[in-house]
Amino acid sequence: MGSDSNTPQQFTEQASEIQAQMVTVEIEGKPFQVPAGVTLMKAMWYAGKEVLRGAGCLGGFCGACATYYRTKDDPKVKTCLACSMAVEDGMSFSFMPAFPARKAIYDLTELKDPKQDLFELYPEAPLCRNCNACTEACPQKIDVREGVWKAVFGDFKAVSDMFMDCVMCGMCAPVCIADIAPNLVAVYASRAQGVHFTEKPKGLATRIKKIADGDYQEDWDRILQLSDEELQNTTASIT
Amino acid sequence: MDITAQQNLVHQTRDARRAIDFPKLSPAERDALIKKYHPDHRGHAYRPIKFGPNAGDSTVKEVATLLEGDSSIPADFNLTPEYSVDVLVVGGGGAGCAAALHAHAAGSNVLLATKLRLGDSNSVMAQGGMQIAVGPDDSPVQHFLDTLKGGHMKNDHDLLKVMVEEGPSIGQWLLELGVLFDRQSDGNLHVKKGGGSSKARLLTCSDYTGLEIMRVLKDEVLNQKVPLLEFGAVVELLSDGKGTCTGAVLQDLDNKRHVVVAAKSVILATGGIGRLHIQGFPTSNHYGATGDALVLAYRMGVPLVQIDTFQYHPSGGVYPEQLVGALVTEGIRSEGGHLVNAKGDRFVNELDTRDVVSSSIIKECEEGRGVRTAAGRSGVWLDTPLLDVAHGPGTLDKHFPAMVRQYERYQVDIRKDPVLIYPTLHYQNGGVKIDVTGETPAPNLFVAGEASGGLHGRNRLMGNSLLDLMVFGKRAGQTAAERAKSLPQGALTLDHVAKFREEAKRHHVSSGLNSPMVLPAYTRQV
Ligand SMILES: Cc1cc2nc3c(=O)[nH]c(=O)nc-3n(C[C@H](O)[C@H](O)[C@H](O)COP(=O)(O)OP(=O)(O)OC[C@H]3O[C@@H](n4cnc5c(N)ncnc54)[C@H](O)[C@@H]3O)c2cc1C
Ligand code: SF4
Ligand code: SF4
Ligand code: FES
Repeated sequence: MGSDSNTPQQFTEQASEIQAQMVTVEIEGKPFQVPAGVTLMKAMWYAGKEVLRGAGCLGGFCGACATYYRTKDDPKVKTCLACSMAVEDGMSFSFMPAFPARKAIYDLTELKDPKQDLFELYPEAPLCRNCNACTEACPQKIDVREGVWKAVFGDFKAVSDMFMDCVMCGMCAPVCIADIAPNLVAVYASRAQGVHFTEKPKGLATRIKKIADGDYQEDWDRILQLSDEELQNTTASIT
Repeated sequence: MDITAQQNLVHQTRDARRAIDFPKLSPAERDALIKKYHPDHRGHAYRPIKFGPNAGDSTVKEVATLLEGDSSIPADFNLTPEYSVDVLVVGGGGAGCAAALHAHAAGSNVLLATKLRLGDSNSVMAQGGMQIAVGPDDSPVQHFLDTLKGGHMKNDHDLLKVMVEEGPSIGQWLLELGVLFDRQSDGNLHVKKGGGSSKARLLTCSDYTGLEIMRVLKDEVLNQKVPLLEFGAVVELLSDGKGTCTGAVLQDLDNKRHVVVAAKSVILATGGIGRLHIQGFPTSNHYGATGDALVLAYRMGVPLVQIDTFQYHPSGGVYPEQLVGALVTEGIRSEGGHLVNAKGDRFVNELDTRDVVSSSIIKECEEGRGVRTAAGRSGVWLDTPLLDVAHGPGTLDKHFPAMVRQYERYQVDIRKDPVLIYPTLHYQNGGVKIDVTGETPAPNLFVAGEASGGLHGRNRLMGNSLLDLMVFGKRAGQTAAERAKSLPQGALTLDHVAKFREEAKRHHVSSGLNSPMVLPAYTRQV
């Protein structure tokens, strides 16, 4: 593998050599022929477009490539991550532009009652009108609407579980008729859950204290004066 | 042959395979396997670097060419600074965010510049977890020894000792910021066993460890109002003419304008090299992983260490085509998933170190026991359904939701069918030389995270990178902040660039190539 693809340029084009079959897609309203089966991101490059805003991790984790798309003859506009979705013939798509959602500023350690403080930081959160547009917009299939209500009702644990998959693409925010940015509410609730409502692990505290007290010093003294060969034998024997 | 037919063999052989314990290789066998099959040992892919601090050292051609490349900044460039700060942090991944937060907390005036958006990085993709010796049967010393073994004894002992000893307090810091690590029923941190480790030591947030850490760090950077310059790529460093770093030149990628930053210290946290597609390998890395810090530091006269060794992660996607190179989490193997060749046989202990496992996969494929896809690629099976069989239905859903989703998008159900994998370019084992504070031999130039070298030896152990980022991001940030209190801002010159250009001329290097690369050239010339 790889000997035929020695530059990044060739690497992205590889898909086109392998899959000769082409499909027509519409990118920002304009038709382009691209190889069947490539990701929307690769289709952009294939179409000759420079991608700056819109590409990040390229692995489905950062949300930079939030995209609106529609399949042939279907009026429904859906959302996806362009780095993690394959093109089909007749598909039409555009990147989502950056959306100016408001993020509240807070110092988590100073909050006295995070569940109540939510209403000051995000006063729009309880105004959710249950339209479910956010849930439908989420490419990670999170029940976003439910999450907003869980946050409002103070079930921060549930919020943190539900939004563990959230890639912060922000696609749930522009659709909200109550001007809520559900992902930002969720980050707040999840962090508050960690800082205020989660047990402190005792084992960790013990380990930190032991290190501070020099409990491992003897081991270090013994290990660090070993020759490389002796170390090799020590490590080989501890599998 | 059609993929489904080949998958059946994996189902048929599962029970028989489960009955066998596959032994780990002896040190001698490991060495022999690696020498024969690991890409680090393909001589024709390497060449000596022609000049500069590592003149004569061998590295892969892709890296050598960039190191010898020319700066895009002309000699007569106007160096009037637009920003003047205590600490310039370059890179918005884990190391950069940690450095910025700690420098800010220590009272510094910080600017965080990053090539894409804050958080668009390798860090956000880390799934497997973060190694911290917290278990009652574990210790920092044990962590040290495991890492040394993984790194073929070539790790810098001082860097490594610092990392393992500060691990637990880093865990504490992240918990205090609200990172939700998985817990045991008694409230203690849940630890998983990772490849090459003698003890269960991986802290996880299901299979979204990097995402969870980065969501929290990003949120905190915003809460702390650390000044940010997104889509701001550093393209050159500045020096006082005597080898001390005094700032940098950035390019605003939105409008191509150059921005000069005067800084008492610069912390490069620009991550790895995957997008250089070394030896033509696909990669698991983010869009901006183009090794920029290597180039920038090298031109300042800073040596690189172990820059001839790279990590090819054993499990990169092979099929479907959209997932080529994408990382398939190591967690599957940690939880007992088998690797299976086209004959239905296991061929390596799946929990051996990455270089061993990758070499053995390459061996299977080169010796004709790989599985071919219609697109002409080859790989071996990773038996994912085995996890649900062994640990009960729902195991994959519960512990690997990200991976279930990753494949579901392309109509592949990993609960029912195994997936095809082949090594993918994943990590730069070496990097810029640093000391225990993250400082390079060029005063006031710090490097933290994947861009730095020495800590991991010749093969990084799974989960050690996330810890590396946090420990050395913190140390660099705090040291730079402390120093800024008494340090005057030095003069801004491009003298080191002029010197480098003379060297290039003397060695007849005139490729005309500008470096750093900043972004890979994926756009087709139409
Ligand atoms: C898919 C994947 C899974 C992984 N899983 C694990 C795991 O489970 N456990 C583990 O320990 N490690 C894991 N690793 C490795 C680990 O994630 C990385 O080594 C680590 O995140 C690197 O962090 P960093 O902060 O050094 O760099 P990054 O997180 O890559 O951040 C670098 C930042 O610098 C920016 N940048 C680059 N060049 C410039 C420039 N010239 N100017 C300005 N900004 C620039 C980038 O855009 C980016 O924001 C994984 C890596 C990958 C790719
Ligand atoms: S919850 Fe919102 S930000 Fe998070 S993944 Fe879903 S749409 Fe994107
Ligand atoms: S889009 Fe807004 S109003 Fe509608 S359900 Fe979601 S949070 Fe509520
Ligand atoms: S580029 Fe990060 S999710 Fe697509």
